[in-house]
Amino acid sequence: MSVSYREITINGLWKNNPGLVQLLGLCPLLGTSNSTVNALGLALASALVLICSNTAVSLVRGVVNTAVRLPAFVMIIAALTTCIELLMQAYTYELYQILGIFIPLITTNCVILGRADAFAAKNDPARAAYDGLMMGLGFGAVLVVIGALRELFGTGALFANMQLLFGPSAANWQVTVFSDYKGFLLAILPPGAFIVLGLLIALKNRIDESLAERAKAREPAVAAQSRRVRVTGVVE
Amino acid sequence: MALPRITSPHAKGNNRTQQVMLQVLLATVPGILALTWLYGFGTLINLLWACLCAIGFEALILALRKRPLGFFLKDYSAVVTAVLLALALPPYSPWWLTLVAVGFAIVLGKQLYGGLGQNPFNPAMIGYVVVLVSFPVEMTTWPAPHMTGPLSALQHIFGFANLPDGWVQATALDTLKINKSLTVDELWTQNPAFGYIGGAGSEVVNLGFLLGGLYLLRKRLFTWHAPVGMLAALAIMSLIFWNGSGSDSHGSPLFHLLSGATMLGAFFIVTDPVSGATSNLGRLIFGAGVGILVYVIRAWGGYPDGIAFGVLLMNLAAPTIDYYTRPRTYGHRKPTRGFKLGE
Repeated sequence: MSVSYREITINGLWKNNPGLVQLLGLCPLLGTSNSTVNALGLALASALVLICSNTAVSLVRGVVNTAVRLPAFVMIIAALTTCIELLMQAYTYELYQILGIFIPLITTNCVILGRADAFAAKNDPARAAYDGLMMGLGFGAVLVVIGALRELFGTGALFANMQLLFGPSAANWQVTVFSDYKGFLLAILPPGAFIVLGLLIALKNRIDESLAERAKAREPAVAAQSRRVRVTGVVE
Repeated sequence: MALPRITSPHAKGNNRTQQVMLQVLLATVPGILALTWLYGFGTLINLLWACLCAIGFEALILALRKRPLGFFLKDYSAVVTAVLLALALPPYSPWWLTLVAVGFAIVLGKQLYGGLGQNPFNPAMIGYVVVLVSFPVEMTTWPAPHMTGPLSALQHIFGFANLPDGWVQATALDTLKINKSLTVDELWTQNPAFGYIGGAGSEVVNLGFLLGGLYLLRKRLFTWHAPVGMLAALAIMSLIFWNGSGSDSHGSPLFHLLSGATMLGAFFIVTDPVSGATSNLGRLIFGAGVGILVYVIRAWGGYPDGIAFGVLLMNLAAPTIDYYTRPRTYGHRKPTRGFKLGE
């Protein structure tokens, strides 16, 4: 029985989120999340590679021998990453230069290889593509949230330099949230990435905890009907 | 007749956390007096504000962690962190700077690791480094020795008035670092405020902290190993690389011992029992490591003073130091140290 689309959605966006739960692809996640535009650029590129690679891997899953599957998958991913790299070079050259090494490094992003091996190689192309989309969205969402938070705390503004990704009309998208802000340099420096990611993981765990508590609080009504009779000890 | 039923041990020591923390606070008094005498009421207001922030953050996180508030607030550990941090900050640093520093120290440096006794790094130094890295301009504006009343100090710190021009002055460590052409003697004649040795009266402050440190040593709150290790290493390093009083000089040993935050670091930061090494030999090595790092950063690094970075780097090394300096256990001829094959 194959996995339902609903389950794929929940897994990718929340329950098995690559950024917050699997903690895969930390290098680009921490390295490029110093501003919203960088984060968004890398999120889109990674998601695109993820969708295409999942589809391609799923298509060849019957042909590739298990013994050589990993090199084969890496070849597919590397080819797709090269495509994305050339596309970015053609259309968003400045962003391509800012992101630098992190674009070719999409090849080694563990999220992509992980999904190829764990999901795409065992499911049909439609599900694999949808899983790629959901995992890409989950990873991208975390990336963009960290990027936005770091930009906000670091510079006091949001969405600066969006023209790098969306063309000249986006040049005035910048929102200055705090005027007369000193600039909290730590948020933009590497430690800021670790701290913000840690706090996001803590927040997710806290939300999960309270959801579990709420689910537990609803349960006793059912449990009360099937109480077992105690035969030893004191019956309360 | 009702006899008091108290279980052993019956010996009463003064080594409870609260007592220790109070002694440390008492020992900072000479240093605080020296700072206040030099820079006016800014230091005192900074201290009060930092303590308020620390108690606030500590109470907030304790409440979030569902820990008893009164029990943990009464051990004064948050206050000690705040005081040590505030003493390291410039006397007229703006209120938000202190708030951010104390917040990072208490919340990230201490409570998120599990509270008192669980922190791998010295919380005060974490807070200091966070603001030093983030706000370099505010953190390097030390005023020239100056007397202000409490009211104008309040105004400066809470942002109703800017610091007057000519107040701000580079410290001696700063000047010595930037200096390329003048000999040390020329530098000192150019800046009369540098005083005799340590620069900008900081030898008085350092002597104040030395006094407090000796008091703590006498009270046996810590052993001599860590501070002596640090001061000796710093002195030896600066003696080796002294290079006379030419323009490429890094300053004399006496200058390094009595300027910047040397004494505050040696007696109040390096002696932290939680984040430092635990055995006597380990403490000696730990202190020496801090001393060497402090000199390396002062002489060739990117920052004028290096106590905070030195301490944090050595905190990282403390578990390894402990691992290799385990003392001999009773009944064994040799101590078991380090990694052994086949273990």
